[in-house]
Amino acid sequence: MRYIPNSDIDRKRMLAGIGVTSIDELFSGIPEKLRLRRLLDLPKPLTEPELVDYFQTRAAKNSVGETAFIGAGIYRHYIPIIIDALISRSEFYTAYTPYQAEIAQGTLQAIFEFQTYIAQLTGMEVANASLYDGATGVAEAVLMAQRISKKHKFLIAKTVHPEYRAVVDTYARNLGIQIELIDYAADGRVDMEKLEQQSSADVAAVIVQSPNFFGTIEHTHDISELVHRRGGLSIVNVCEAISLGILKPPGEDSSEQRTADIVVGEGQSFGVAPSFGGPHVGFLATRERYVRQMPGRLVGMARDYAGKSGFVLTLSTREQHIRREKATSNICTNQSLCALMATIYLATVGPKALREIAEHNILKTDYAANEITKRTRHRVMFLAPRFNEFVVQVSGECPYGLPLSRFYPELGNAALVCVTETARRKDIDAMVQRLAA
Amino acid sequence: MTGSARTSNHFSLNEPVIFEEGSPGRRGFDLPELDVPARALNDIIDPGLIRDGITGMPELSEVDVVRHFIRLSTWNYHIDLGLYPLGSCTMKYNPKINERMARLEGFALAHPYLPSERIQGALEIQKTLETCLAEISGMDAVTLQPAAGAHGELTGILMIRAYHESRGNPRKKILIPDSAHGTNPASAAISGYIVETVPSNKRGTVDLDRLAELVNKDVAAIMITNPNTLGVFESDIAKVAELLHSQGALVYMDGANLNAMMGITRPGDFGVDVLHINLHKTFTTPHGGGGPGSGPVAVKEILEPYLPYPVIGQNSQGHYFFDNDRPQSIGKIKAYNGHFGMHVRALCYILANGAEGLKEVSEIAVLNANYIREKLKNAYALAYESPTLHEVVFSDRLQARKDVHVWDIGKRLIDYGFHPPTVSFPLIVPGAIMIEPTETESKQELDSFIDAMLTIAKEAEENPEIVKTAPHTTRIGRIDEARAARRPVLRWRPD
Repeated sequence: MRYIPNSDIDRKRMLAGIGVTSIDELFSGIPEKLRLRRLLDLPKPLTEPELVDYFQTRAAKNSVGETAFIGAGIYRHYIPIIIDALISRSEFYTAYTPYQAEIAQGTLQAIFEFQTYIAQLTGMEVANASLYDGATGVAEAVLMAQRISKKHKFLIAKTVHPEYRAVVDTYARNLGIQIELIDYAADGRVDMEKLEQQSSADVAAVIVQSPNFFGTIEHTHDISELVHRRGGLSIVNVCEAISLGILKPPGEDSSEQRTADIVVGEGQSFGVAPSFGGPHVGFLATRERYVRQMPGRLVGMARDYAGKSGFVLTLSTREQHIRREKATSNICTNQSLCALMATIYLATVGPKALREIAEHNILKTDYAANEITKRTRHRVMFLAPRFNEFVVQVSGECPYGLPLSRFYPELGNAALVCVTETARRKDIDAMVQRLAA
Repeated sequence: MTGSARTSNHFSLNEPVIFEEGSPGRRGFDLPELDVPARALNDIIDPGLIRDGITGMPELSEVDVVRHFIRLSTWNYHIDLGLYPLGSCTMKYNPKINERMARLEGFALAHPYLPSERIQGALEIQKTLETCLAEISGMDAVTLQPAAGAHGELTGILMIRAYHESRGNPRKKILIPDSAHGTNPASAAISGYIVETVPSNKRGTVDLDRLAELVNKDVAAIMITNPNTLGVFESDIAKVAELLHSQGALVYMDGANLNAMMGITRPGDFGVDVLHINLHKTFTTPHGGGGPGSGPVAVKEILEPYLPYPVIGQNSQGHYFFDNDRPQSIGKIKAYNGHFGMHVRALCYILANGAEGLKEVSEIAVLNANYIREKLKNAYALAYESPTLHEVVFSDRLQARKDVHVWDIGKRLIDYGFHPPTVSFPLIVPGAIMIEPTETESKQELDSFIDAMLTIAKEAEENPEIVKTAPHTTRIGRIDEARAARRPVLRWRPD
């Protein structure tokens, strides 16, 4: 086998060194009746050229060329080539978790930079070293808010990504957590009157998403203010991270009352490929005073005993390998390499191009929605300002976007259409033309 | 002399954090010109919703970014540089073809919400991987949804809970041996269970008598690692399973150590009802400096109805589809269907090996570990005499007489050009040194590691100070962790 260096001669020498005559003897600790005395039933081994052919054939069976205008939590943004060139360094992608700080400063500093970028973008004080994805991030935020507030009732906007809500349900079910949905208003945003009515004193936190699942931009600051007035915590989920390049972040306001307590989200838009749903990268940012309740790893600045500065994994007494069943989360492996992709993306585009990319998303989406309204008989729903998605109600089956009937049967024959900066005008016009036919 | 013939000095450039670099006006990326009418943003979005700027975010050219991250990269140890003997982490070579295949455009750009006829290739990959993992583990069904090992544990325990609930009582407790990974009790706790610890006997395996006293109708399951974290096969595993099953409880196996047993023995054949598999350990998906991983969960038929949705279905025409209609499912554990990029890599590895290859992997992993055991057992105290499989655990008992501890030994290994082994774990061994070489190391690499370990043992006797103050060759010395945690600085801020 080409991935195993030791030849038969090496093996014989090693067996002699150990003082046994066969490899089988080394398995004497496994009772004979539990031994598998046949070969596994697996496809026969392939050479490298055969493997390339096998995977190319399967990749070709996925049709990804035509613009499908599907977003819904996974966005097709342009990925600068520099990212893959850098993360393909063995030093990054074949390294283990940086527990040995002296020989992992590269990973540690990069994660520290990721934490800083996320804090800057969300307007929060601190961010962690990543979580699996946005969905588990929201679930972790719920558990974190339960620890902080010691309350167990949560309100979640119906416009939070439906798969995220499903994951929250799975995590919360056995921990005495009660979840109520908040409906949306006619403009596609959280219904503020209903939120007001439902925000009782026993509510631990309110979770909203902005831009929400319909693509509309929530008034997160008004929501945070309302929630705080009722003694709850405000959790804002950001599924489309590019929006942070232009929209006022949930953590930024002159009044602390109007800012979120936890901003959680998905960073896939920052240079991570869709990859059929993963791996992507979840992030979680919060106020400094809640840092000891955070889930997941944290990198901190540190000094060695000679006073030289560097970085180290810190506050690990929150984590499972120290606290076991009392840990803030069971997470161990996270999304370090995807966090590195996001960090390189943000370094490369910088604040200006990030804003321009965000603007292109807004303008192209606005163009597409207007064209559909003007040129087709289909109705674009929810008229609140949008980022890069909108809902269109069609008469038959919509050949574009994500059909919403599975998640929102009340919307009838509706589809969620996504237009990013990668959509060319001619692609948009072709879509409009087909919808007009 | 603070190193060996293996290491010598070379450039190591210093580099500030990225926020201290660049200058206003530099650009690393340009967008194509906007090709739709440029409306004023204020006409579309209320200006109150627009941010002013992003404080502290640097402006850099492409060259700046490349230099920055390349410089950082040179500060890391990694598997392509040399042996990475972390016990229970299975740090093995990551084949280059895996990376290339996962990046094929048809995979990288695929969206899980595309209509099923447009994603047949991706679904076939996932289904094929499920089938292979079921065969390797001897189980009946597999979900690829969990993102990592601990996430797989959570998934498995939630399924156990759903199984018991369907019988009218979720039960209260999960039993966990004292040698287990910290994720096990943490996962049990967030599934709403109380954790009860099962002591190990003097062979390092589960104490059957004590276990018998603990098993009753309140117990939902045992979470057991096999081979356990000492690298010892739980030879009574069939009896453990019988005991649990006799009280209606189930057996969860932590599959972190599957690298010891592929084609040799199968969890499904020794009574396990559910296990997770770490694709980033046994199946060569890279660790990425801490992730992403992938933690598929394999189950026996009795747990199949509770798998997270979607499961991958196949109709009579051979057409694959996501089946979301799963009324008894525990629900979703993650958005979409797992880390597909990792699934491609793992399948690529399995297909490269086939049945003979995977068996050889486990055989050589065990050979390499036993070779190290034999060569080091006179210099370091073996924690247990029981036969070990893919990893071996020593203690620092002999070195501790000179006040040299496991942490010092690990740090001194760095000076000899190696990553330290797993230290201070498992918790049942005071001063544990846990070494897992994997099958992808040559005899020469192992001999070089053994030499370094023997030299350190000698240094501990003759010149303990040099070990206690190691490493001496790194760009930064041992970190004052207590100070870092007292007043944590978790982000850069302008002075």
